[in-house]
Amino acid sequence: MSAHDLYREVILAHAQAPHNTGALPDACCKTHRDNPTCGDAIDLHADIHDGVIVDIRYESAGCAISTASASMMTDAVKGISSVEAAQLLANFRAFITTGDALDPALEELEALEGVRQLPARVKCALLAWRALEDVLAEERTEGS
Amino acid sequence: MRAVRHEFPILQQTVHDKPLVYLDNAATSQKPQAVIDAFDTYYRTMNANVHRGIHALSEAATDAYEASRRKLAAFIHARQPEEVIFTRNTTEGINLVAHGWGRKFLKAGDVVLLTVMEHHSNLVPWQMLRDQLGIEIRYIPVNDDGTLDLSDLDRLLAGVKLVSFVHSSNVLGTINPVRTIADAAHAVGAVVLVDGAQALMHMPVDVQALGCDFYAFSGHKMCGPTGIGIFWGRLELLKAMNPFLGGGDMIERVQLDSVTYAEPPAKFEAGTPAISEAIVLGAAVDYLNSVGMDNIAAYDQQLTDYALERLPSVPGLRLLGSAPERGAVFAFTLEGIHAHDLSTLLDEQGIAIRAGHHCAQPLGKRMGVPASARASLAFYNETHEIDTLIDALMHAREVFGYVRS
Repeated sequence: MSAHDLYREVILAHAQAPHNTGALPDACCKTHRDNPTCGDAIDLHADIHDGVIVDIRYESAGCAISTASASMMTDAVKGISSVEAAQLLANFRAFITTGDALDPALEELEALEGVRQLPARVKCALLAWRALEDVLAEERTEGS
Repeated sequence: MRAVRHEFPILQQTVHDKPLVYLDNAATSQKPQAVIDAFDTYYRTMNANVHRGIHALSEAATDAYEASRRKLAAFIHARQPEEVIFTRNTTEGINLVAHGWGRKFLKAGDVVLLTVMEHHSNLVPWQMLRDQLGIEIRYIPVNDDGTLDLSDLDRLLAGVKLVSFVHSSNVLGTINPVRTIADAAHAVGAVVLVDGAQALMHMPVDVQALGCDFYAFSGHKMCGPTGIGIFWGRLELLKAMNPFLGGGDMIERVQLDSVTYAEPPAKFEAGTPAISEAIVLGAAVDYLNSVGMDNIAAYDQQLTDYALERLPSVPGLRLLGSAPERGAVFAFTLEGIHAHDLSTLLDEQGIAIRAGHHCAQPLGKRMGVPASARASLAFYNETHEIDTLIDALMHAREVFGYVRS
């Protein structure tokens, strides 16, 4: 695998101009996640109303892989239901770890395929998704 | 210094079809053939438990184990071999002081002085002790150039019982003025522990000249095996402090209601030790002596000077630390490319570096960089490997679109 296979244009585009950055101070669901082995960190805020992710934003410090993954993840789940988001989360995790086919709704994330061959970097691609898991769990707790 | 690269079998391989350029020596060192052979010799000819068997193999293993202790004692200029304790690593040595000395001599309100440039191994044991005993921890600050700010040392030392700091930083490369700090600490009656993990493979170490009371280091960072480390302490302190782990070999006499501890070093070596690793560490010392620590230090300086000359030629590269006294450890950031991405891109060129916080998160915060790339060299590296690193950094900039390819 060459550098250009891993760092495809779409990844670099998201990493260098990430979407959905910032904070949602009044959001119902907030989380902070660290990658203890490398120091990457993300704060993810999600505004979830009646089971729908109305808005989702994040602030992060991390590599191109983790930033692009966060950017594309927030693009994909904004405006959908938290139930659908949970399904996409499970699908992406299977894609990046065991190589399952990607849900068409996550089409752009196909660009992260090269990460699967780099076990040390899988955690970078998953950081934002682990944060998504937190806010979805928080929403379920709040809603119940 | 004699050419040594060919004496390290692992360095002869290719990685991703490129000759391996191993620049992660601050994480662990590579091993010369002589050290690898020493394992073979031990297991072929003398494997037995030490200090108890009354048979030829056990005596041979015990002799080799104790001979290794004497080699290590001479290597760091300990007054006597009994001051040299075999541990697992530097971390265990520091924890040994926290438990064996700290729990006996520290009480609530006592102060331990550390520095902001410490590895987590010299932060966490004291934070644990603080939470258990109620001691206070103070920190010597770090200047922008990566040196320690000693301007306020006298005030910081007020009420301090123990000072613990790193000899040579695993991030900044800074070599700290151990003697100066130790003398100031002793003037207020404090005991001085030095983390020598990064020093042993790079410079002659003389614990008498350094003036410290405890010195801890790891075998695997000085051409020796993993799983073995050295803790050195002044004999009177070793006698006064408590043992760390309890068990076989560290006792004089055990009854159901009482125990008498053995004298050092046995007092601190409970259980069957890492016998083969301890003996092979002795072989690593023999090897380093055969190359010559003065030669190694001079060659290290040449590599350092060359790297410091070449690295700034990379646009956007920011080196962390510019201490005048420094070793061949270079942590840096490259504008617009995160350290993890850099590490992956360099790996594709056969270059091994480290990326992240280097187990020194408070220092990263102080320097304003949560993550950095780190190239760390050893005496078996050569200047052309620094050229390869520079070329790969330029290539990484191309991949990330900072220059037209």
